[in-house]
Amino acid sequence: MIPEIGHFALVMALCLAIAQASIPLIGASTNNANWMAVGRSTAIGQFLFLLLAFVCLAYSFVVNDFSVLYVANNSNTELPIYYRISAVWGAHEGSLLLWVLALAGWGFAVAIFSRSLPQDLLARVLSVMGMISIGFLLFTLATSNPFDRLFPAALQGRDLNPLLQDPGLVIHPPMLYMGYVGFSVAFAFAIAALISGEMDSAWVRWSRPWANLAWVFLTIGIALGSWWAYQELGWGGWWFWDPVENASFMPWLAGTALIHSLAVTEKRSTFKSWTILLSIIVFSLSLLGTFLVRSGVLVSVHSFASDPARGVYILGFLALVVGGSLTLYAWRAMRFSSTSQYEIVSKETMLLVNNVLLIVAMLTILIGTLYPLFEDALGMPKSSVGPPYFDAVFVPLMLPLIFMMAVGPVAKWRRDKLKELFSRLKIFAILAVVVGGVLPLAIYGNNTMMTAIGIAAAAWVMLSSIYAVVRLVAKRDAQTALLKAYAKVPKAMYGMLLAHFGMGIFIIGVVFTSSFSDQAEQAVKVGEKLTVAGYDFTLEGVAPAKGPNYDAMRGSVRVEKNEQLLTTLLPEKRIYNVQRNAMTEASIHTGVFADLYVALGEPITLDEWGLRVYYRPFIQWIWLGCLLMALGGIVGALDQRYRAQRKTKSVNA
Amino acid sequence: MATKRKQRMIFVIILISGFAAATALALFAFQKNLLYFYSPSQLSSADVTEEQLFRLGGLVVEGSVVRLPDGITTQFGLTDTKGQVQVQYTGLLPDLFREGQGIVAQGKLNADGLFVAQEVLAKHDENYMPPEVAEALKEAGGQHPVSISKTMVE
Repeated sequence: MIPEIGHFALVMALCLAIAQASIPLIGASTNNANWMAVGRSTAIGQFLFLLLAFVCLAYSFVVNDFSVLYVANNSNTELPIYYRISAVWGAHEGSLLLWVLALAGWGFAVAIFSRSLPQDLLARVLSVMGMISIGFLLFTLATSNPFDRLFPAALQGRDLNPLLQDPGLVIHPPMLYMGYVGFSVAFAFAIAALISGEMDSAWVRWSRPWANLAWVFLTIGIALGSWWAYQELGWGGWWFWDPVENASFMPWLAGTALIHSLAVTEKRSTFKSWTILLSIIVFSLSLLGTFLVRSGVLVSVHSFASDPARGVYILGFLALVVGGSLTLYAWRAMRFSSTSQYEIVSKETMLLVNNVLLIVAMLTILIGTLYPLFEDALGMPKSSVGPPYFDAVFVPLMLPLIFMMAVGPVAKWRRDKLKELFSRLKIFAILAVVVGGVLPLAIYGNNTMMTAIGIAAAAWVMLSSIYAVVRLVAKRDAQTALLKAYAKVPKAMYGMLLAHFGMGIFIIGVVFTSSFSDQAEQAVKVGEKLTVAGYDFTLEGVAPAKGPNYDAMRGSVRVEKNEQLLTTLLPEKRIYNVQRNAMTEASIHTGVFADLYVALGEPITLDEWGLRVYYRPFIQWIWLGCLLMALGGIVGALDQRYRAQRKTKSVNA
Repeated sequence: MATKRKQRMIFVIILISGFAAATALALFAFQKNLLYFYSPSQLSSADVTEEQLFRLGGLVVEGSVVRLPDGITTQFGLTDTKGQVQVQYTGLLPDLFREGQGIVAQGKLNADGLFVAQEVLAKHDENYMPPEVAEALKEAGGQHPVSISKTMVE
């Protein structure tokens, strides 16, 4: 019964989405307030029905209803309850349901928080979101219904893929989807502007925080995915240029360009059509990412079972969305003319350079990711584009970008002078070079050109982003107290500071991890010692252990530095009861300055085991940096400007 | 009006130089970093030098897996049912590595015709077959590749 309710709720949501897509749009063009108002109620209703469907599926998992095919394929009575819930999005059908729920959730949020948005703009935005919803709900119902029954019901489920039984995987997909789908709001705003032909300052102020928030979710989602890969895949790395990682990274790069371009559009009322184009690109890339993952055309750790019908459907939908919106863009974008001017040396130009670099980086990744498809289509000899390609194109593009990241925030709008810029920044340039030269030497007694450049770049960005805020405060008049002056700095500036500072932390993590990592893979007898990066790892023994739904051999590895016991790590080799695959569960000692990572291999003789040990300095800084960036995005979205405007508007209304 | 034009010029010049740089970078990187994929039977006719890094895919030959005395180095045969290549790998093998399983190895050929792998990839799914391997098997005229792997695994 419950699954049928869920199925019914999906159909209801589709009906409401159809109403949401059509009625408000007609209302907006005929200026009919009642019809426009339909947008809000249908968006809220659609969300509630999808929430109901989602709860029904989750309930089926919790009570182990193996008469539902999807549950039988992805769960098991022995699976702990928290993984039974996360199993809802552990495979294709359920993750698609999460996708549409997230989409409806954003629509719901727009309907709730944008009451004072101009009525016709709100109607058009919600209508566009309704259209996207229709596409995905049809897809779900036609090709991937999670509520399909299995008759006769299975006695036991086939269990969740053991790789997905990890805390990182519980929250990684929801965050990532919130990010992907969140850009649909920016997209809807862009399409609404194209339809109405109006793009005033209210438009920018309303769409900017939404784009920021979507970017925040995407940042956290990608970081969590990377963290999961590090914990669970056992390769000791944090980024593999896997097609699906790329699929999420491309909208992130374009989204980063978008939030910067929106800043220019808001402050200077220029880059308007560029901002619209970016909004379309970012969401198209989100859809492309969905297509790449769902269709299985590209092989990766994430590929769910592939089904050509699904791939064709999403490809068709993608073509419709991209083609339709770009046509609309070509037809209408010329209307948006800039009202302000800028010189070659100005903040505008620097942000433009930043945008171009980000988009170019995105394109090189796009080419690398899709290359195997072209090869297939053209019948060329098979090859693969791996990390060496991406490293070779990406790093040279990031260096100028990072350089500009420090110059942009301290440059003036409209017109600046190179000489003055130089005098503002030279002290930081000198400091950065010194830090880059000295810091690696001080910590590791060793430095290379690439390491020094990387660390200098990080220092350069961090110092200048602090200076950008300090500079604003220094300009205060004599009466204003220092603290008050800091409080008066716009939140958006603090958001920038946090995000750019986070980028610096991230770079430090990346540079130190890639420069000073160490590792060993060896056969080790019980009682024998393995030394990596000054740490002694002694295998004390291996004994059987039992988990809720697996049996394991658990190694005990004593870690010492200078004869001082640091920790005992317990890596496991697990066999899950249902799927019977061996799984390596690494054990990690996390530290501020280095992680120690031990994985257990195969037994070689009775008391000799393969052991893999990684030393990964500063690796946690990578995720800490991402977290700071996300925090910066949140702070920026909370800027007074957006709230103050909301208040005055509601008073007027 | 003049500044307007100037502005547009700035915009276009930055855009074009950015994309030109990207194209150059991508082309250069492609030339240097493309990894070719061969199946064991293709390898005999392929023009591969000792320095060249490439990928080799096929099924691990039943009964061929031998562990060398150091405990951590493994040798095994890789086949596409037509040709066979001897592969050596030092390190812990992935969890799903086993006889009969389809895998992809990345490495170089040494002077004795032994393929020295730097990386061995096997995916976490018992029915999974790397598509390159599946296709290579099909080309070599074997049975339907998935059924091969399944019968061989079970």
